[in-house]
Amino acid sequence: MEMPRDLSAALERLAQEPGAWKPFAGGTDLMVLLEAGKLPHRRFLRIWKLPELRGIEVTPEHVTLGALTTYTDVRSSEVLSREFPLLCRAAAETGSVATQNRGTLGGNIANASPAADSPPALLVYDAELELVSANGSRWVPYHGFWTGYKQTGLRANELIRRIRLPRTTQSWRHYYRKVGTRRAQAISKVCLAAAARIDAMRIADVRIALGSVAPTVLRATETENILRGEKLTPATLRAAQEVLAREIAPIDDMRSTARYRRRVAQNLLAEFCEMLSA
Amino acid sequence: MPDSREPAARAPNPTRKIGVQCEINGRPVTLEAYPMARLLDVLREQPGLTGTKEGCGEGECGACAIELDGALVNSCLVPALQAEGAKIRTIEGVAAQNLLHNAAPQLHAVQQAFLTHGGAQCGICTPGMILAAVNLLDRNPQPSEAEIREGLAGNLCRCTGYTKIFESVVAAVRASTTQPPHAEPRR
Repeated sequence: MEMPRDLSAALERLAQEPGAWKPFAGGTDLMVLLEAGKLPHRRFLRIWKLPELRGIEVTPEHVTLGALTTYTDVRSSEVLSREFPLLCRAAAETGSVATQNRGTLGGNIANASPAADSPPALLVYDAELELVSANGSRWVPYHGFWTGYKQTGLRANELIRRIRLPRTTQSWRHYYRKVGTRRAQAISKVCLAAAARIDAMRIADVRIALGSVAPTVLRATETENILRGEKLTPATLRAAQEVLAREIAPIDDMRSTARYRRRVAQNLLAEFCEMLSA
Repeated sequence: MPDSREPAARAPNPTRKIGVQCEINGRPVTLEAYPMARLLDVLREQPGLTGTKEGCGEGECGACAIELDGALVNSCLVPALQAEGAKIRTIEGVAAQNLLHNAAPQLHAVQQAFLTHGGAQCGICTPGMILAAVNLLDRNPQPSEAEIREGLAGNLCRCTGYTKIFESVVAAVRASTTQPPHAEPRR
């Protein structure tokens, strides 16, 4: 494992031999893969101590998190618990205290598991990612960053540097529920994150994201369209649930079945709407 | 840096060991380890600190929990190289060294409570469980029962059904607020 002294040294390495070096931060995903013989990489680039990837910055329009922000960092952030509670909920339900001390948001995003807990919250908050390489940097919306099962638009010579959250949802109602076999140390069977702005008894705007029901974490944009602008009635909810059932693509696997996931996703949507009506 | 690796069912290590300087239970130590070796294995094999256990090897059971720079971590997921410059506490470092020569170490309130209240059966989860409890109490000396459950949620036990473990931690919290720590805690 090589330890670059700073971000530009790390990016130089990635530029010289793209694909040969695996960026390694807290190791909570990579060590499992390494020990199982499932990591093809032979060389690891230790980015855990790079200061350019740490820190939480607050400006009037955004809260911006370094890619190395751990779940523990998220949970202890006052601004995040006030304005982005779904992200704090996700962090609190990820693994355990020991995992949360080492796992990072950047690692979670790069690992791109469809069962990850934080991505639904990040999608609801319209997160953007800063991707850096030796050639420069670019900002991309997180929505659309996934290109397939465990695949993202991250190029071989790039690192995720920062995650930016627009401060536009403070007055919204927020909902997060992860369904798993245990309260901790569980990979979700279904996970739903949502937020809505209510105006004169109508859903003025809404964002819904789900994990573990498709090859990627997804924004249920068609379901959102059904609800947007509507008053919450049993009929509206039923219509939204029907669209949701078609919009997701759950499978049978060792944790659950497609039928269970579809039904529970609809139940979580109902619970979200119930919360909005209360 | 050595970079030749052969693919194998269990990931092989690079061919050259490095020296990793760290502090373990208050003492400076230099570990000789392959950079990507699990800290769990290095701690057990080198300084012979076998109190830290392997339960799952995947960071899901907490049996391998240690403190790394004050943070509770699963040592099966920490490559040895990342222990460089770190302060490590294992279960062997939880009891306070007794200043009297040849006297037994003074047990932490959590350890005493586990003994008094039957918080262990087979004992394999116990070192990690105690580390997690001690780490919790260091951060939050008066946790609620919900906070105790949450703080220990990363530690799985197959024997006790958890009830006596939580009772032990509750007792340790009470004992810590009513001195001395080795007195029989009030129920």
